[in-house]
Amino acid sequence: MEEVAAERSNLGGVRHILLVLSGKGGVGKSTISTELALSLRHSGKKVGILDVDLCGPSIPRMFKVQDSDVHQCDAGWVPVFVDQEKSISLMSIGFLLEKPDDAVVWRGPKKNALIKQFVADVAWGELDFLIVDTPPGTSDEHISTVEALRPYKPLGAILVTTPQAVSVGDVRRELTFCKKTGLRVLGIVENMSGFVCPHCSECTNIFSKGGGEELAKHAGVPFLGSVPLDPQLSQSLEEGRDFIQEFPKSSAFPALTRIAQQILDGTLQQSS
Amino acid sequence: SEMLTPLRCSTPRSLGRRGAAACLPSATRARCSRDEVLQDKRARILSRGLPKQKPIEGVKQVLVVASGKGGVGKSTTAGKIFLVVAKEVGLLDADIYGPSIPKMMNLKGNPELTPENLMRPLKNYGIACMSMGFLIEETAPVVWRGLMVMSAVEKLLRQVDWGQLDYLVIDMPPGTGDVQLSISQNIPIAGAVIISTPQDVALLDARKGTEMFRKVHVPVLGLVQNMSVFQCPKCKHETHIFGADGVRDLAKTVGLDVLGDIPLQVNIRETCDSGQPVVISQPQSDAVSLVHCAKSKKKKKKPTTKCSSHP
Repeated sequence: MEEVAAERSNLGGVRHILLVLSGKGGVGKSTISTELALSLRHSGKKVGILDVDLCGPSIPRMFKVQDSDVHQCDAGWVPVFVDQEKSISLMSIGFLLEKPDDAVVWRGPKKNALIKQFVADVAWGELDFLIVDTPPGTSDEHISTVEALRPYKPLGAILVTTPQAVSVGDVRRELTFCKKTGLRVLGIVENMSGFVCPHCSECTNIFSKGGGEELAKHAGVPFLGSVPLDPQLSQSLEEGRDFIQEFPKSSAFPALTRIAQQILDGTLQQSS
Repeated sequence: SEMLTPLRCSTPRSLGRRGAAACLPSATRARCSRDEVLQDKRARILSRGLPKQKPIEGVKQVLVVASGKGGVGKSTTAGKIFLVVAKEVGLLDADIYGPSIPKMMNLKGNPELTPENLMRPLKNYGIACMSMGFLIEETAPVVWRGLMVMSAVEKLLRQVDWGQLDYLVIDMPPGTGDVQLSISQNIPIAGAVIISTPQDVALLDARKGTEMFRKVHVPVLGLVQNMSVFQCPKCKHETHIFGADGVRDLAKTVGLDVLGDIPLQVNIRETCDSGQPVVISQPQSDAVSLVHCAKSKKKKKKPTTKCSSHP
């Protein structure tokens, strides 16, 4: 009965749901979600991003559509499209605020209500992948998101970490959270892994290296890859350049393409 | 309170049809001022149910290190700024979901209980620390909803034998939710320091953090720009990995001081991972001089000369 309801709902046309999690803040969940969406689109897929970080929504800013409005249609809320071909669609609380600087200072129950609305009332249409970008931690937002998405059988979760010990420690907790809630862990991504000086090409491990890979080995989950620190990335955002155009030239692009490929291979395996 | 609909109506729905009519572009000034009076009255009635602020015994002043954005260096900076202060300082790690203070201060183990059933904070480098990390296993996640988090924060604040402290520094978690609200509503806070990296997305959240403290009437002492610049150890070329001067621009916009500018240095991360704060293990490094500068500005609470990484 639940399955039939799930098929007819707004998420019925979404083939795979991916969660991007991390116990630690500031490791690059939103950045990796954005880059992953762009890599999957590069492979010809239609992708949606659901940003459930209600206190700090970063996704609209990353695609430079923070001034867009959300409109209503018969089926619910229409997600914001970032391009003419409608290959990437977004939903975030960032679009619903009066001013972009408004602080969302809510307690748990109100957050839960909005997340339920995000899951049930957004008319995503036909999508190959829905990437859910989460805030750091294992709190109300995460519990509500996992519960609300359970009937739709998410493909799994990708855990993002930086190589340093404090991040790895928090991500270990997140792994336990996934086990407890029955969420499959697709793998670990080590972000900000190494910085190559643009002047002399010397590679410095500012945030250490290898912590994510070791954690993956230790926990018995796949290691999806390391993504280097790319100063061009944040510079292009600051200078208002189009990240979608800039991204293919970035040093992070090959790493993300490999990660996207592993996910695509995983989905093929699942369906066969 | 904000009710969100796709049409961006900011008037609370509970005002009824009168309130809804005020959303129309043709609302008159008279209607708007009547709404303001109503909103004031609502705010006063609602605040009757809020908890009363009660100071913590033995603690002279409470300072809060927050950000809004995760991963900008709140725990890293909170530990360091107050290590160089020659006073009695306590450090409370209010990040229930991702406590970092135990690792950074090289502390482990369950706190003892005093005869009055209060928890004794663990001490290292002269600072008394309390964190959720001491009460749970390293790999155990805290999968709690808001209400339980509130009661945990209450225990970490009040059921600890802090002794006599000049400052209690609270290291906040990222976000603007339950923990931040509970702490600001339950204890009087002398001031908040907001940390951010120069990145756009971080500044967005830092601004929300500042907004939040204004809403709950906590004075914001200033902003600290972290991870401002990276100097290649081989060729000394400086790269602004996360952008340049974003925090200074934000400070100008919101009318706050920049208390300091801390660069990205490998030795900060290395010493954090090994649990030896850089101000203790490498007191001669650049990062430390900046922290000293930031601390003195914070104490004076007035703008002084700009802190930079070059002598």
